Amino acid sequence: MKTILYIIQKEFKQIFRNKGMLPIIFVLPILQLVILSNAATFEVKNIKFGYIDNDHTSTSRALVEKFNASTYFNVLTDFPSEALASSEMLKGNIDVILEIPHYFERDLQKEKYNSLGVTINAIDGAAAGVENVYVTQIIQRFNQNLKIDLLQVSDKQIQPITIETIPLFWYNETLNYKTFMVPGILVLLVTMITLFLSGMNIVREKEIGTLEQINVTPIKKSQFIIGKLFPFWVIGMGLLTVGLILAKVIFNVPMVGSLALMYFYTSIYILVVLGIGLFISNFTDTQQQAMFISWFFVVIFILMSGLFTPIESMPKWAQIVTEFNPVKYFVEVMRMVMLKGSGFNDILPQLLKTALYAFVMNGLAVWSYKKIN
Amino acid sequence: MKRFIGFIKKEFYHIFRDRRSLFILFGMPIAQIMLFGFAITNEINNVDIAILDHSKDTTTEEIINKISASKYFSIKQMITREADIAAVFQKGHVKAVLNFEKDFSKNLIKDNKATIQIITDATDPNTANTISNYVNAILQQYQKELNKDITIAYQIIPQTRMVYNPELKSVYMFVPGVMTIILMLVSAMMTSISITREKELGTMEILLVSPIKPIQVIVGKVFPYIFLSIINAVVIVLLSIFIFKMPVQGSLFLLGFESVLFIITSLALGILISTISATQQTAMMISLMGLMLPVILLSGFIFPISSMPLPLQMISNIIPAKWFIIIIKGIMLKGVGLQYLWKETLILIGMTIFFIGLSVKKYKIRLE
Repeated sequence: MKTILYIIQKEFKQIFRNKGMLPIIFVLPILQLVILSNAATFEVKNIKFGYIDNDHTSTSRALVEKFNASTYFNVLTDFPSEALASSEMLKGNIDVILEIPHYFERDLQKEKYNSLGVTINAIDGAAAGVENVYVTQIIQRFNQNLKIDLLQVSDKQIQPITIETIPLFWYNETLNYKTFMVPGILVLLVTMITLFLSGMNIVREKEIGTLEQINVTPIKKSQFIIGKLFPFWVIGMGLLTVGLILAKVIFNVPMVGSLALMYFYTSIYILVVLGIGLFISNFTDTQQQAMFISWFFVVIFILMSGLFTPIESMPKWAQIVTEFNPVKYFVEVMRMVMLKGSGFNDILPQLLKTALYAFVMNGLAVWSYKKIN
Repeated sequence: MKRFIGFIKKEFYHIFRDRRSLFILFGMPIAQIMLFGFAITNEINNVDIAILDHSKDTTTEEIINKISASKYFSIKQMITREADIAAVFQKGHVKAVLNFEKDFSKNLIKDNKATIQIITDATDPNTANTISNYVNAILQQYQKELNKDITIAYQIIPQTRMVYNPELKSVYMFVPGVMTIILMLVSAMMTSISITREKELGTMEILLVSPIKPIQVIVGKVFPYIFLSIINAVVIVLLSIFIFKMPVQGSLFLLGFESVLFIITSLALGILISTISATQQTAMMISLMGLMLPVILLSGFIFPISSMPLPLQMISNIIPAKWFIIIIKGIMLKGVGLQYLWKETLILIGMTIFFIGLSVKKYKIRLE
């Protein structure tokens, strides 16, 4: 036990001695949490809107005015021709073009029906879908006003059958993205720091040649490994703590569930990451290789965690791949406990899988460590 | 010049001797682009929902059938009590509950009006909002069927045309992003340790006393990696064209030119990191911890930049990946040429010169 404590002490000293690393370990993640959480939003706002009004009547102007009044569309440009508008869209200066045809008002009064052209830049398919909904909504509302303006009062219609929907947004009524993203980004930062540090650590001793020295000392391998990894576990837990405080203070993220449960889960989760780091360390000869492999897995972990894109929309085989992604479980647990107040029983499946993962990963890591050295 | 060529040769040998790293270097990007190209989508399909039907009549049954027939939803369970809603959300089993009011059909006949609550788990605001919109769209369609005898006067119908990606494929959005992230991070990581390694292993002093000029050292270090990255880029572009059916509407030559430019920008950024950090560990932590999340989040790869708060939109301008993503999408999907992309191209050239200039300056300081 004493030996382990000495190793831990030594490792901590080494970490704190490296002045170049300190800001990277302690400041960079916090800074990113605070800044980048604001970037992650799927809301579609500030749509750059252009229109071509070939009609120049009060109706066409009223329609454009509706778009002007909407908060979603913010840059309104009047283009004299379709060619000019298209060229601006090619340049990326315009997202949506509305084209009002000649004799728009006259035809509408005559036919009671008219169409107009909407062109949407659909490279980002999801955003284009939302933009389409906004445009349709505005035009529908305009249609309703038209009825009131143009129909005679006596011309009362039969009441159409309507199914009224009442949307209720539980746990996040204002649809605030930060509530959703801050816990997720915190998960990523904790994972990245602990994985990169542990993944590089032992391979560094190999590269510099000090690992051989340790192997000839009376320190047991298990003591060495625990002593090596413990400081990173502490750093991970520390980062979680600071992150949670900032989440509360800066972003006012609700914390409905039990903090103790959160810490308990995280304490096991970090063991998984450290196990992966150690395993990578064992199979590489240089820090560069270790970092490349860590990076490889981290990118997969991030993009397939359900943090930014939904897992249930992935193809079946990919969903199976995500079962092996520890970040997925951490993101789920963090959001469930913090935002919905899920309890121990609710997160039990994730907890068990994470614990099993930790057991297997560390077992493999220790086994391969003995075998290789 | 001869000395310089000798130096480049030496660097090539160094890289090609390390087979394992090379294998990792080429294997990883291929594996990643395959995985992400197929898996990542921000479309919403097969969302698990639950139904709470207080009415259980023919109309609600019809609506439930319509919803379960759509590809967006799969009905995971039927619940019977309001109190169960919170429980299914807390377990994380479903993302939404549709709550039909009592006497749904009767109300529809009597008052021409009936109500459904769409209760969503809005911890994920995007999914919640989309679910709500999709349910509404299905219901509107259904209402149209019910109301087909009533003509509604004065209608303006928008004819929407989705350009550059008419089928709204999300692969068109993600493949350029994944290409960019892989190219940028692999390139920056490769060079970020090239000079620090010499410092750490003690061979830096030998370089310092050699007659090779700082600029030559830096260019010599970058040069072999340009080669490797170009191979990487070619493989990635071929995969995205042949496997993911990305179109190349514009000039393939321009795409090649811009890719090489972006690779050089990223390599130069790596060199800059290398000259300012003392150990390999620091260099790699800066290029991984420091670059990964900002590049993923601020480049427009997943999240639209125009929706971000203004200060972040300004910060996104210093992310080289943002400009390259605009360029790739422009060439591949819009088919535009340099006359539309000169600004982005100039920005990348400017960044490259800035990174290299700063590296040379920092490197000189260490000489003294």
